[in-house]
Parts: sequence; structure tokens; C-alpha cells
Amino acid sequence: MKIIKAKNIKKYFPIRGGVFLKVTGYVKALESINIEINDFESIGIVGESGCGKTTLGRIITKIYDPTEGSLYFYDEKGNEYDVTNKLDKSIKSTFRKSIQMIFQNPYDSLDPRLTVGEIIKEPLQIHRVFKNKKEEIDYINELLERVGLSATYTTRYPHEFSGGQRQRIAIARALTLKPRLIICDEPTSALDVSVQNQIIELLKEIQNEFKISYLFISHNLDLIHHVSDKIVVIYLGNAIEEAPADELFENPLHPYTKVLMSSMPSWDPGNRKLDKVLVTGEPPSPINPPLGCPFHPRCTYKIDACDKIQPELLGAEHKVACHLYD
Amino acid sequence: MKNSKNILEINNLKIYFKTFEGISKAVDNISFVLKEKETLGLVGESGCGKTVTNLAIMKLLNPKATILSGEILYQDKNILEIEEEDFKKVRGKEIGMIFQEPMSSFDPLYTIGEQMYEVCKTHLKLSKTESRDKGIDMMRRVGIPEPEKRYEQYPHEMSGGMLQRAMIALNLLTNPRILIADEPTTALDVTVQAQVLNLMKSIQEEFGNSIIFITHDLGVISEMADRVHVMYAGKLVEKGTTEEIFKEPKHPYTKGLMESKIRREYKSKTLPYIPGTVPSPQHFPDGCRFNPRCSFVRNICKEEEPHEINIGNDHLVSCWLYVNGGNKLEDN
Amino acid sequence: MKDQTKRMVNAFFKNKLGVVGLIILIFLYIMVIFAEFIAPYSYMTSNRNYTYAPPSKVRWIHEGKFIGPYIHPLKRERHPVTLQLTYVEDTSEIVPIKFFVHGDSYKLWGIFESDLHLFGISKDTNALLCLFGTDKFGRDLLSRVVYGSRVSMTIGLVGTFISVIIGAIMGAISGYFGGWVDVVIQRLTELLRSFPQIPLWLALAMIIPPQWPSTMVYFAIVMVLSFIGWMGVARVVRGMVLSLREKEFVIAAKTMGASGFKIITKHLIPNTMSYLIVVSTLSIPGMILGESSMSFLGLGIKEPMTSWGLLLGQAQSLSALSSYPWLLIPGIFIVLAVLSFNFVGESLRDVADPYKVGERA
Repeated sequence: MKIIKAKNIKKYFPIRGGVFLKVTGYVKALESINIEINDFESIGIVGESGCGKTTLGRIITKIYDPTEGSLYFYDEKGNEYDVTNKLDKSIKSTFRKSIQMIFQNPYDSLDPRLTVGEIIKEPLQIHRVFKNKKEEIDYINELLERVGLSATYTTRYPHEFSGGQRQRIAIARALTLKPRLIICDEPTSALDVSVQNQIIELLKEIQNEFKISYLFISHNLDLIHHVSDKIVVIYLGNAIEEAPADELFENPLHPYTKVLMSSMPSWDPGNRKLDKVLVTGEPPSPINPPLGCPFHPRCTYKIDACDKIQPELLGAEHKVACHLYD
Repeated sequence: MKNSKNILEINNLKIYFKTFEGISKAVDNISFVLKEKETLGLVGESGCGKTVTNLAIMKLLNPKATILSGEILYQDKNILEIEEEDFKKVRGKEIGMIFQEPMSSFDPLYTIGEQMYEVCKTHLKLSKTESRDKGIDMMRRVGIPEPEKRYEQYPHEMSGGMLQRAMIALNLLTNPRILIADEPTTALDVTVQAQVLNLMKSIQEEFGNSIIFITHDLGVISEMADRVHVMYAGKLVEKGTTEEIFKEPKHPYTKGLMESKIRREYKSKTLPYIPGTVPSPQHFPDGCRFNPRCSFVRNICKEEEPHEINIGNDHLVSCWLYVNGGNKLEDN
Repeated sequence: MKDQTKRMVNAFFKNKLGVVGLIILIFLYIMVIFAEFIAPYSYMTSNRNYTYAPPSKVRWIHEGKFIGPYIHPLKRERHPVTLQLTYVEDTSEIVPIKFFVHGDSYKLWGIFESDLHLFGISKDTNALLCLFGTDKFGRDLLSRVVYGSRVSMTIGLVGTFISVIIGAIMGAISGYFGGWVDVVIQRLTELLRSFPQIPLWLALAMIIPPQWPSTMVYFAIVMVLSFIGWMGVARVVRGMVLSLREKEFVIAAKTMGASGFKIITKHLIPNTMSYLIVVSTLSIPGMILGESSMSFLGLGIKEPMTSWGLLLGQAQSLSALSSYPWLLIPGIFIVLAVLSFNFVGESLRDVADPYKVGERA
């Protein structure tokens, strides 16, 4: 069953200047993205910094409203709600309970002035889940133990914990309302290497136990491949390739996807691969994106059409937006 | 490269910090050498002491730090004993440094050119026009497009990757013998990281500097380093050539790190991981500092610190498992 | 947070000036709370024979014998040449100073009736104990300073409290909602800040009707001071909120469905708390000076009520200053209070800065 459907989502952030805050330009974060998330599946979004992947996560959680396009939410009975603009009162509570988020920086995502108990309690109190104090405490303790922390931690403050432990607290908080979808925005990239896999394993266990869907946002291809059923590659606000995880890795089509894969270090000093770097330059600024295909200024396979016509995302299971495959 | 001369020698370096929570044993008795024209990879997680070690080499340690013992020999002189006035001629000229955040390693108030002129004036006694020529030439050599234009720009007008290139160019002006790169690509995107790493390699071939490459990313190390030293909780736990370490990691921590790379085959399987968390520098455990997280832990590991054991091929490891001439310790 | 609080307390006590300031403030506030008890007389008690009397000389030894503190009563005499009035001690009479004497009756905090004073002289004598001298009505300056502290020391506290609350709320609203709300609030604060301060006080103080009772005047002055004081706080809080609202914990609260009000009160304002505490201590002196200036100019507290600024106002003329220098004593109290608040505030600011805390370890 569907949870979220996003159609042609576009998001421009105005840049304002002057005394009267006149709009002087736009940061074009997203251009026409389509995405559909069903119950109990994992979608991976991969791309470099500034490509708009975080913005997409925040549009789906209704932190931002899209500039254009539409966003639909489906409740457990399958009823469709248009949530493109302001959340309607009738659906607000259900929507907020259904979709939660885990952030990149566990040092930033927990309010330093609240205790762990208060942090986890916050969503429960907003939605008035428990009337009985005792039940609430029991539930919080149970959650903490579920994410691998001691129930005695409730009275402590976030700064007393390491990055990995804080991320566990953040996961416990995301779980309190029994959401159907959790957006994981770079959940491990701020953590120590030796702790990252612990958190991924925890997220996987929780997914299977509670039958949650994930939208995984990351720049790390290995991680995205490991956790996702389907992967969307984003470049400069455009989805340029979309395929099931294994298919994308075995048969990358878009030149940018190939570049991304070849840029990953080899972990094999006998067979170094960075000598064969395929790309030059850096992603252009989203304020002045290039015409045509967003990747054409860096692309080694550039043909005539590339700087004139923007290719569309086409294909059945494996979709790609590139003139080479027209 | 194997038989080349040592250019930097660090012996028994011990640096402690006094903090609110107690003494932090940031760097505890480490020794290593840097050879001529090699890249030495220093791998470790946050708080393991890798950055502190390098700040000590640059004589840039925070005054709260106490160097309890040890020496850092550069050209037969102990850096720790050189007067600050004399060391100013070495820092930035003979030993250069590249930082993690390219944006904050330049002064935002001056153009790239002005900052390059500053270096040329202090260390090379060049005039403004001479340093402009040299700066632009260097920027061209590190692959910055339109160097004449970039030379006049302010840091905020350039992207992260471009700035990191500019930082490398700035360091190369004086052609330092040692270049310390502290997580130079961590803040960059993968495609840009690949370019910068590539650049650093070609620079080294051209200029013949020695590089200390500090990172937490074993993948980057596999691409860059000739030799690898693994640091954990203020100690060097394993040293060896990059091939050796990647082929046959010995220390349980190094093994754990190697296994934690998410490989394609792991899909829909459980990921291997090291349990527990990295200890904070104020609360390092007794004995071997890795013992609470180690799956091979024995009684002795909790009581006594292991010493360094050579298991052949210049491969050194500090672990009780390899005492007795490289054979595993009998379980007691 | 427990350790952190402990850490901050430790760091605070490492700064000597801050501790000195704190001790002085504690003394001053004890004076405020127990003014009726500490002052030897009521602030209205006048003695015609003692107008502009100099500070009493306290003596301990009489005819070579130690008999404890005492004073001689004063007699007025004309100077034979200049014909000026001067005071001479009438050494024939000894008036001992005692602790816990019965004197003017009062109602402590308007509740407890008593006539007990911390120290003083017997009621039955004509003499007046005036350690700081007297004013032109023969009122004991020390008593008036003690009573005056009530106004001067609390006006800063109350005024800062109100202005910080207004400032924090305005700043938080401005920063959190942004858009036109932000524009309106920002332009308003800029407008208010661009008025010169003293004329604005004068104008606002003019509005206070002269027939109002003293307590009403007091609150009116507090309102005037806080009305001018909140803009600075609002600006900084807005800036802090602008950066805080992008923090992931605020976005997390939004995804949970928290309302704007809840986010402001639960996450944003508490996270600006350490700044607010520091800015409060640092802006109290401004308020104290503000009240003093207004009273000095005759626009604040009115006779017979008293405040340090009003008392200092008596020393306006040069001739008064040269003949009766003790009238400057209230100024010393103002300086002392202002300095103490500044010391404490600066010490708190350092403590609230986490980097500094580490260094002081």
C-alpha cells in the first residue's frame, strides 16, 4: 500500500536582498522529482552535497512546501489526501504520526536542554498518546532498551553520550509514534567508522520488526546499495537515474552514475582506481544551473543535444535521463 | 622507497591534556618515522590523537597540552626544543599543512593572491610581481582553471574543491619537504575527492615531498598511502606497508575496520561491526585500550598494555595475540 | 546538565571580581529587604536642629576609658566673623550607640509592626545619629540611602525582567516566523532605537501625572525603562533564533507535529537562556543609571519618597557640594551597585561561553 506519492516536485528557494527584501534570484534545489513510497520498502536517494536530496526529504515531511507539483499522502485505509500545501486539520495528526525523520548530525538533532526522557516523551505529549504516566514511562524505557540503551539513561542529557548513542536516542524518538515511514537523512555520516555499521544494523532490525518504510538519503553509494530496494540518483535537483539496487550497480547507465561509482576508493592498494578518474570540475551552482542536461559541462560523452534539451527520465524498471539512451 | 632516508622521526611522544573531566591521554607514547618521498597514512577515529600528533609536529599545540616526554627529530634537531622564533622559518616553509575545512583555512578578508603573497614575502623574500607570477603558475599546476582570475578572488567566491586546490598550491609555493594533510578530502564530495587525491599524488611525484596523510577513511588510505599506521585511543596499534595491512590486518581493531567496509556481497546479510563505542580520551580503559570492544580479549589484555611486536616485513602490531614470536598466545 | 551546572558554578567562583561583586550585591539586597530594620530612622523623620549636619563622629574612648561607641550631640553656633551656621559637639553629653534599640515605629513589608532597629541611639535624647550627615530638612542621609536602595536596586531588577521578557518574546517571534512579521518588528525596533535616549525618557516621564502616588510613579518609571530596554535583547534573540530554527532538533520537533508556540517556548527560548541571564545582569546597571538620571533630573521618584538618584540630585549645585560634600555619598552606592552588576555579569558571560569554561579548568 502506498504511503506517499510525490509528482513533479519542484522547489525553488528565493534569494532576497535589499531593504524591501526583493527576490533577486532562486536556489533551484529541486526540478520535477517523482517518487512513490509504499509500505515496508526502502528507497535510496543518492547524490552529492547541494544536489537537493535533503530538500526532498524535507518536502516529504512537510517542513517545506513545494514550489510546484503535488504531494499525496495515503492513510492506512488507503484514502488519498492532497498534502501539497498546508496540512489539513483532519489529517495533520495522522500525517505527523506516520512520517518521522532521523538526521545526520546527532549532536544537532537532540535539544541540549532536555533530558533523554523528555526528548523521547515530546512526540508522545504532542499527540497525547498516553493518559497514564506509568504507561508512558514504561513505554519510553522499553523503547530505549529496544535501541540498545539502558532505561536508566532517561534522566541524563544528550551531551553525556557519544555520537552513536545519540543516534540511538534519535532513533528511539523517531519510533515513539510507530511511524510507517522514516526519512533517514545521512544517518551515519557524522559517526565514527567503527560505529556506523552498528547503527545501520539497528535500523534494519527495526525495519523488519515494525514493518517500516525508509527513505534513505546519503552520498555513500555502498551504504545506499546495502539498505535500499530501489535507488534514485539525483544530480543538481534532477533525478537522472532510477533502478533497483542491484541492477543499478551491475549496470549503471548514466555517465554521472558511472563517475560516482568510479570515484569510490578501491580499498585495494594493489589495484588502485583513482588514477582513472572520469570526471573533471565540480557540480555547478544551483542558482545558475546549465541549460539542457545538468551534467553536460562535466560529461565526457557529451553530444549535440545535451546542452539544448533536458533529457527526460525514461524506462520501465531501470529509468535513465540521458540523451545517449534516447 | 623502502631504503630511503628518514626525514622525520618521532620517539616516545606523550601528550596529555588537563580537562574538567580529568587528564586526557591524547597521545600516549607513540613512535614512528616518515621517510623521504613517501606517503604515510595515519588512520584513526575521532579523538584517537592523530590530529594532536600533527599539531605537535607543527608546534601548534594548544597551551593546555603538556608534552610529557618524547622527541620529534627533524634534520637531527628536536622540534620540541627549538625556539618559537627559529621554528617560524620552518613552519610553512619546510613543513606545510592542509586542513579539513578549506573554507576556514583561508582568511575570508583577503584574496587568494594576497594570502599567497604573504607566504612568498615571509619565506621566499619575493616581491609582489614575482609572487604573483609564482602563485599563478602554481595554481595552474594544481589544475585551477583561469588562475589569473582566481588569484584576485576571495575565498568565498570559490567552491570547496577549488579552495582545497588553492590550499595545496599555497603550500607548494615554498616546496616544503613535509606536507601534513589532515583529512583534506573529508569535507568534499566523492567526485571532487577523487580529483584532489589524484592531484596530491601527481604533486608528490613532481615535487618529491613526504606526506603525512591523516584520515579516518581506510578507502582513501588504500588509494594514497605507501605505509599505514593505525591509531586507536592515543596509541599506535599497528604499523606496516599498505599492501600488508590491507592483505593481512593483524590487530583486531584494524581487522574490524577492514570488515566494516560495506561490500556488495553483504546485501540482505548482517553487516559485521565492532561492538561498543570509541572511548573518550579521559576514560581510556586499562590494559590494552581496545579490550572492551575486542572479541579475542583475554585476561592479560585487561591488565597489561601490550608492547609492539615485529611480525616480519616491517609489520608491527601491539597486541597480546602476537606475543611469542608472532604466534598466538596460548589461552590462559 | 548537573555536571555542567557544577562546572559553571566552579568557573564562576574562579573569577575573583565576580565573587566580590556577588558579595556586595548580596549585602545591598539584604539592605533592600530589611531597610526599615537597618535604617536607624524612618526616611521621613526630620530634625530641625540638624539641617545639613555633617556626619556624626563616632568615638570609643572617653577620658582615657574605653566605653564603646558613642557620639556627642551637636549644637548650632554662628561663626563670629562670617556669621555662618556651624555645628559644634556638646562634649558634656554622651550618647551611646547601641544595637537593637527602639526607635521610629514601622511596619516591615507592611506586615510586621515593630520599632526595633539594628542600631541607633536612645529615643529620649535630642541628639541625632547621622553617620552620613543630614539633608536640608535634617533627615538622616544613611536612613534615606537605605530606603532609597529599595527603589534603585529593585527598579533595575524589575525593569530588566520585564524588558528581557518582552525582548525575548519579540525576538523569538521575529526570528522564528520571519517574513513580514520579522520586517515589522525589526523596523519598529530600529525606529525606537534611533531616538536619542534621554529626550525619550523625558518625553515618556512627562506623561506620568504628577498627582500619582509614589508607588504608581515607581511602576510607571519601570515601564518607561523597560519600554526602552527591550530592543537590544530582541535583536540578539532574533539572531540566535534564526540560527537555532535551522537546527535539526527544531526540524525534528516540526516533523513530530509541534506547534510554533510549543517550539518557541520549549526549544528556542530555553536555548537562549544562558544569553538572557547574562544580558539581564549586564543591563541592570543601565536601568539603575537610568532611574538615577531620571530622578536626578527631577522626572523620576518624587519627595518624600527616596532613591539614590533623587538623593544625588541634592548635590546639584557647586556651593552645596563644597559646603556639604557628604551629599555625594549616594553616588558611591550607585557606582558600587553598577560595578558589582557589571563584574557579576561579565563573569557570568565568560562562564556561559563553553570554550572559556574549559580553559578555566
